[in-house]
Amino acid sequence: MIGFIAKRFINYAILSAIATLSAYVLASIILNPASRYLGRNPAPSTETINSILDGFGTNPNTPVIERLWAWIVNLVAHGSLGNTIHNTSVISEMTARAGTSLRLLILGTIIAAVIGVVLGVWGAVRQYKTSDQVISYASFTVLAMPSFVIGILLMITATTLNNVLGIQLINFTGEYTAGLEGGWWVHFWDRAAHLLLPTISLTLMGAAGYSRYQRSAMLDVLSADYIRTARSKGRTRGSALLRHGVRVALIPMSTYFAYSFATVLAGAAVTELVFSWHGMGEMLMQAIQQSDINAFTGAILFNAILILIAGTLADIVYAALDPRVRV
Amino acid sequence: MTNTLINSAAAHRERTPAQHLLEVRDLTVTFPQPSGAVTAVRGVNYHVDKGEFLGIVGESGSGKSVSSLAVMGLLPSSAKVGGDILFEGKSLLNRSDKDMSKLRGDGISIIFQDPLSALTPVYTIGAQIAEALLLHDSKLSQLAANTRAVELLKVVGIPNPERRAQAFPHEFSGGMRQRAMIAIAIANNPRLIIADEPTTALDVTIQAQILEVLQKAKELTGAAVVLITHDLGVVAGNADRLAVMYAGRIVETGTVDEVFRAPSMPYTIGLLRSMPNLATAGHTRLVPLEGRPPLLSNLAPGCPFADRCPAVIDACRTTEPPLMQIGDDPLNASACIRVAEIASGELKRGEIYPVPEPVAPAERADVEPENVMAVTTLKRHFPLTKGAIFKHTVGIVRAVDGVSFEIKAGQTLGLVGESGCGKSTTIMEILELAKPQAGQVIINGRDVATLSAKERRALRQDIQVVFQDPMASLDPRLPVQDIVGEPLTVHGVSAKDRLKKVADVLELVGLDPSMASRYPHEFSGGQRQRIGIARALVTDPKIVVLDEPVSALDVSIQAGVINLLQDLQEKLGLSYLFVAHDLAVVRQIADNVAVMYLGRIVESGSAEQIFENPQHPYTRALLSAVPVPDPAIERSRTRIILDGDLPSPTENISGCNFRTRCPLYRLMDEAGQKRCATDDPEPRLVGSTLVACHHAENTDLMAPALT
Repeated sequence: MIGFIAKRFINYAILSAIATLSAYVLASIILNPASRYLGRNPAPSTETINSILDGFGTNPNTPVIERLWAWIVNLVAHGSLGNTIHNTSVISEMTARAGTSLRLLILGTIIAAVIGVVLGVWGAVRQYKTSDQVISYASFTVLAMPSFVIGILLMITATTLNNVLGIQLINFTGEYTAGLEGGWWVHFWDRAAHLLLPTISLTLMGAAGYSRYQRSAMLDVLSADYIRTARSKGRTRGSALLRHGVRVALIPMSTYFAYSFATVLAGAAVTELVFSWHGMGEMLMQAIQQSDINAFTGAILFNAILILIAGTLADIVYAALDPRVRV
Repeated sequence: MTNTLINSAAAHRERTPAQHLLEVRDLTVTFPQPSGAVTAVRGVNYHVDKGEFLGIVGESGSGKSVSSLAVMGLLPSSAKVGGDILFEGKSLLNRSDKDMSKLRGDGISIIFQDPLSALTPVYTIGAQIAEALLLHDSKLSQLAANTRAVELLKVVGIPNPERRAQAFPHEFSGGMRQRAMIAIAIANNPRLIIADEPTTALDVTIQAQILEVLQKAKELTGAAVVLITHDLGVVAGNADRLAVMYAGRIVETGTVDEVFRAPSMPYTIGLLRSMPNLATAGHTRLVPLEGRPPLLSNLAPGCPFADRCPAVIDACRTTEPPLMQIGDDPLNASACIRVAEIASGELKRGEIYPVPEPVAPAERADVEPENVMAVTTLKRHFPLTKGAIFKHTVGIVRAVDGVSFEIKAGQTLGLVGESGCGKSTTIMEILELAKPQAGQVIINGRDVATLSAKERRALRQDIQVVFQDPMASLDPRLPVQDIVGEPLTVHGVSAKDRLKKVADVLELVGLDPSMASRYPHEFSGGQRQRIGIARALVTDPKIVVLDEPVSALDVSIQAGVINLLQDLQEKLGLSYLFVAHDLAVVRQIADNVAVMYLGRIVESGSAEQIFENPQHPYTRALLSAVPVPDPAIERSRTRIILDGDLPSPTENISGCNFRTRCPLYRLMDEAGQKRCATDDPEPRLVGSTLVACHHAENTDLMAPALT
């Protein structure tokens, strides 16, 4: 079993490496880091620009393959991902931002998974009843909405709520209130209040997807013979559905979890921007806007590592849930 | 508190000794549907006494399973249940789910048909048995429940119960899972066990084992058993009383002896006569029960069997006859207007159904008795690989391991054996018409290994196949004429000729050619199998491979298809390779029989010789496992029950590969056993059949052959 997981992990690691390297090559071909300096007044000389770009290792005059090699050597020899165009190291930029993103992502994903599973099971058990219809329509609406619309709608709701109550109950700009005075608790509550809306936004999107999958997985299980067997042993319908039904219907969800993590990541980038969080998503967006190849590759590497972890986790969870795949 | 309850219940039971354990009164079950309500059970009355064994027999859709689910309270919530169900004097209807679940698994338990899907895949077998115990005894510790679960597994005959309790359902074979199901059912010593088709999905040898375990469970717990089945043979050997269901009602009931000896409802008579029966098959033509059961959503007034009944009179069409007592036995009743005539012998049972005429000699095709197919030492081994990155072979699955047989023109070879013995692989290898791994396949005198692609396609016209499941093997989106005509398009026949040929073969298999533009779902199971046969015959083949052609059909429909196959063979001079696990069907149709075990043919010879005087211990065990629909024969037979399941074909058994289950092996002396363990027996002539056994001369030591 451990061999299997290790093998999958190595697979994912190779995939992550390929993804990162392709991202580097792609960015090097498409982005033009020199453009940033061309509009300057006084215009810097070509030699100056070239030497600056050489310093970043992003000079378009050097062949892509050479730059890629230099980037890999730098990574392996010095553990460095190069510098951003603001002359900070990509690694330090990432460490500063990763915590922000992870807090949002992990909370959002876990809450989304729990709510999605509950809604999906509920919808399946009450198939075609009013509650199922409401859940279905609601999740389709959320799935159809771009993530920034959800963010803006949440902001409008929060503002209305704040106005009605007359106090600033929900803060939603940035990660914390700048210059806040007070003890540990004050800061904790401040951060929690800021976390509320972005988390709701991510949770809504995740839960909408999870609930659809969980519903169909649960519907398959509902008519299964072993539910009937469990009831014939003396379990009530509800208890048979929980102990035998949900337990089996969770199995396919672990695979979906791994795939949906990528979608959540993409959604999180937009959400970070909408709520002015300085996370990895923002870093990715800015890197593209500013033609910052090193920062872009760093952001992609971060995403790849997250998907690697999510994928491995999903495999472990699958094996834990389903004895049939254990070897 | 509990004690006083038990005491008062016991006292209550003693006060009214005449009270039935289970009494079903005028039960009706209706499923509301958008297209109109379907009444699946229409006024069923029966009762079961303490320790009694009741058999309920019926075809699919007769309402037998629905009525038992109603007793358990496990019908879908949309079902409307009328009438009353009394268990130990108390009504089970309109009870809450919570209330019923206290009774389920404790007072009444049920064994379901399909053991492959009836156990939750994610919990161990032991945990699922312990669950049943813990649910009804809150004082029981987890440890005690686990210990008891192991004991129960031992009771139902699972070897190594301590270790096997830790196994998950997918690690159990079908027969072992059904044993585990029985263990769950008897865990709390129920007063009533309902067994809903408990052996339908299993091989005959395993069926015999499971029925024995069920009898043992009944003796241990003293429970009454309701056995629901479509197989009259299973009922004949086990039940005390019998109820025959048709179209949602009981149409005949009585003691097993009475119903089998003197059936008085024409449906029962027809069912008994249409069944191929090991004791009579091969000598007489089957009597088919034509037509199909009525749709329960739109039932015409009168007897629902009237449309299929040859003894129908005008009065049958007006009112539905109630169950009427026959003679002076209150347990024996039949729902037929003419029951008095049948019971008195005025209307002779044997003459109600016309025996179909055999094919007239003028229509018979003359065929030279030459070999059309010869298979010699055919082998098909599959490598078993392991390792994710570095694949290496860890074993070989010997699916087909040196099979030889031949088929003469106009004759039928029956290939029989348990599932997993390699029957299907054998025919797939033959049908591939390619060079086999080892051995030789000669069809129509041509070695298939030497064929060019063009010749191979031409030869395919001569060998066609009919598959088991008539629903799954017909494309639901093609009209029948396209399905039947498809083989012709491959061989480039023009559209006009194709349509004409399709109409001809449809007529040949007894279907109306005007139905050619309909889709498969508009046909009944028996008609669909006729479509499958028509598709095989459309290229005018010489050989037809029949892969379990009737095993998916209801008993009453089987007979018609078997007769059709026999007639077609005589009219067209076809040769059949007939693969089946139902030995009675094989006895009916085959001229020669080959018995397969683990990729080998262990005995082959003429059908008569093999069925009358089997020489190989496996053949004899196989035959003795087949239930015969005759209570007198069933009771007097001694069964040879094989131990365990078919070993995995990956196992490398030295010497004779049957010796691990062989009942004769155990009776041999040490020298004899050593021979079995070291020498692989070659087929040799014993009596008049080829037998692969060192000790075939001693087979009579086990038990005498049937009849």
